[in-house]
Amino acid sequence: MVNVVEIKHITKAYADKVAVDDLSFSIAQGEIFGLIGPNGAGKTTTIKMMMDIMKPDSGEVEILGKKLSEATKDKLGYMPEERGLYKKQRVLDTIIYFATLKGMNPHLAAERANQLLEKTGMLPNARKKIDELSKGMSQIIQFIVTIIHEPQFIILDEPFGGLDPVNTELMKNILLELRREGKAIILSTHQMNQIEELCDRILMVNHGRSVLYGSLVDIKSRYKNNAVFLDYQGELGKVPGVIEQHAHKDHIELVLDGKTTPQQVLKYLLSRNIVINRFEIATPPLNEIFLKVVGKDNE
Amino acid sequence: MTLIVPLVFLLGIVIYQVISGAIVPSETVTRIGYVDNAGGFTQYNEQGSIYLAQYAKVEDAKTALISGDINEYFVIDPTYYSTGVINYFTLEKQLTPPPETVTAIKQFMTANMLAGKIPQSDINLINSSLNVVSTRLTDTGAVSTEQGGIGDLVLPMIFAILLYFSIIFTSSYLIQGLGDEKENRLIEVLLSSVSTRQLITGKVLGIGAAGLISVVVWVICTPFIINYATASIGGIFSYISLSPSFFILCIVYFILGYLLFAVISTCIGAITPSAREGQQLAVIFTLTAAVPLWFSSLIIMYPNSPVCIFLTIFPLTAPITLVARLGSTDVAAWQIAVSIGVMVITITVGLFLTIKIVRTFLLMYGKRPTLGTIIRSLRSS
Repeated sequence: MVNVVEIKHITKAYADKVAVDDLSFSIAQGEIFGLIGPNGAGKTTTIKMMMDIMKPDSGEVEILGKKLSEATKDKLGYMPEERGLYKKQRVLDTIIYFATLKGMNPHLAAERANQLLEKTGMLPNARKKIDELSKGMSQIIQFIVTIIHEPQFIILDEPFGGLDPVNTELMKNILLELRREGKAIILSTHQMNQIEELCDRILMVNHGRSVLYGSLVDIKSRYKNNAVFLDYQGELGKVPGVIEQHAHKDHIELVLDGKTTPQQVLKYLLSRNIVINRFEIATPPLNEIFLKVVGKDNE
Repeated sequence: MTLIVPLVFLLGIVIYQVISGAIVPSETVTRIGYVDNAGGFTQYNEQGSIYLAQYAKVEDAKTALISGDINEYFVIDPTYYSTGVINYFTLEKQLTPPPETVTAIKQFMTANMLAGKIPQSDINLINSSLNVVSTRLTDTGAVSTEQGGIGDLVLPMIFAILLYFSIIFTSSYLIQGLGDEKENRLIEVLLSSVSTRQLITGKVLGIGAAGLISVVVWVICTPFIINYATASIGGIFSYISLSPSFFILCIVYFILGYLLFAVISTCIGAITPSAREGQQLAVIFTLTAAVPLWFSSLIIMYPNSPVCIFLTIFPLTAPITLVARLGSTDVAAWQIAVSIGVMVITITVGLFLTIKIVRTFLLMYGKRPTLGTIIRSLRSS
């Protein structure tokens, strides 16, 4: 896979603090990359350096194989956390304007704008002014502005904030579609469930440094407890190799000792003819990993 | 504002026509009493809308004043011929006696003193205003095509005032716009598409183009409004002359003025944390631009003084000063050349510095850099 983004040892310091400290990572084509971290960790500063809004004090930023230039900016889409659109401008005019800033032909931009508005159910609002829309609707428009010019690299900062479940699902489906088309997407959000659902790899930053980096599967595997989730019917009794049992809403969690494997527990349960509705190797939610890592890093 | 200004002038002319048609001139005669202790002042009592009523004694005049029969009274003492002093009495608190009253008394005195000594027509000539007809000649002795006069002052002063208000509105608009873009992070979306240089240059040139459109519309509308005003109101409007060179310079200085203050406003908008603070800081510059208007009487009366020449060359005051001076004098070509040259250099250097400052400080949300910080940053870059 070709790397769309290469960040090598970037550092950025302000007068009173180091915002980004020797950060390195890469993002491949056709990948959704999660950028997470506590508030003030350096995520936004990193994003701004990727977009050449800020220059790093040291290190290199390569987008699409070269330093960011005016030509490369046309292949980049950015959606900031605060929704920034001209309030008195009409929806369609807004989308076309920002598309033309990215080098799109106005007629083509108008055509594609109408397609995206229809796809997102926003076509009836095309002639409305931005300040006449609800927060969620203006967010959808901002998203359309971000992707209308078919960028190869997309940065989304808290794209789901304020969206209802229907629009959240709509945006997720569009992101998955963009991934299938080979776009590289950075998703920066505090909603860990969205990261787990969408991202292939993640980078967690804290105090400007990388504290977790790699594929989500590997990271979760690294932090897993030796435990299983079980939903069953009947009497369980004492299960060999299980040192703790935790009751949850619709299942129990069996914590195994170091010598017992989940397969051995499954074999035992089957031998007891216990009706099993669900048996799953427990991996911790990303939220738990986040808290564990950040807490440890802050000590 | 581009279309509102000509419409306001047209509306003003229409309102004048309506009001002047509705108002009936007053036929009230003002009565002023006098006591002639010197003797010989008995004729020419009617002076326009003022009637001079003679009283035998000062007490009679005083009684008439208090009772309201007369508005004021004056006493001609026997010593008048040697002192020239008239004693004037009134119930009102006045800075000076009303000019029309003084004129009526003077004409009354003059006419009585000359009565019987020279023909009545000569008395009337002495009492009427001096009618001086001025003709301007060229260096070769021919009659100049640009005669000057009060009519030449009107348009330049109007355009100077229009330029000033345009500068204020433009400055405010730019600062507010930039403040809003910073506040809602729209500036980050813009900078992800265009460079800082493109963004700032685009804003400045856009405002310059808006200024060009405004001034061209006003210049086109001016002859029509002048003709309409001349036909409807007459008076001073009949004397207004339109010089092509004035309009050309007006357009040039409008554009340069717009560009200069656009550069300044953009810089202010970039470094101030909010539009409100930006507007406050911009006052320093917009007030400086108003200096020529404060000294407009100096510009009208002494247009070639060193102060006026300095104000013509100093970039912040140059646009308004030059436009105002054009009504009072022929501004020397070298002054115009130097003024334009200085403005172009100032705008170019200002734009360059503004781009650097904007790039460094645009994304400093919530805090304003000090002057020292800005200078250090420019040096290090």
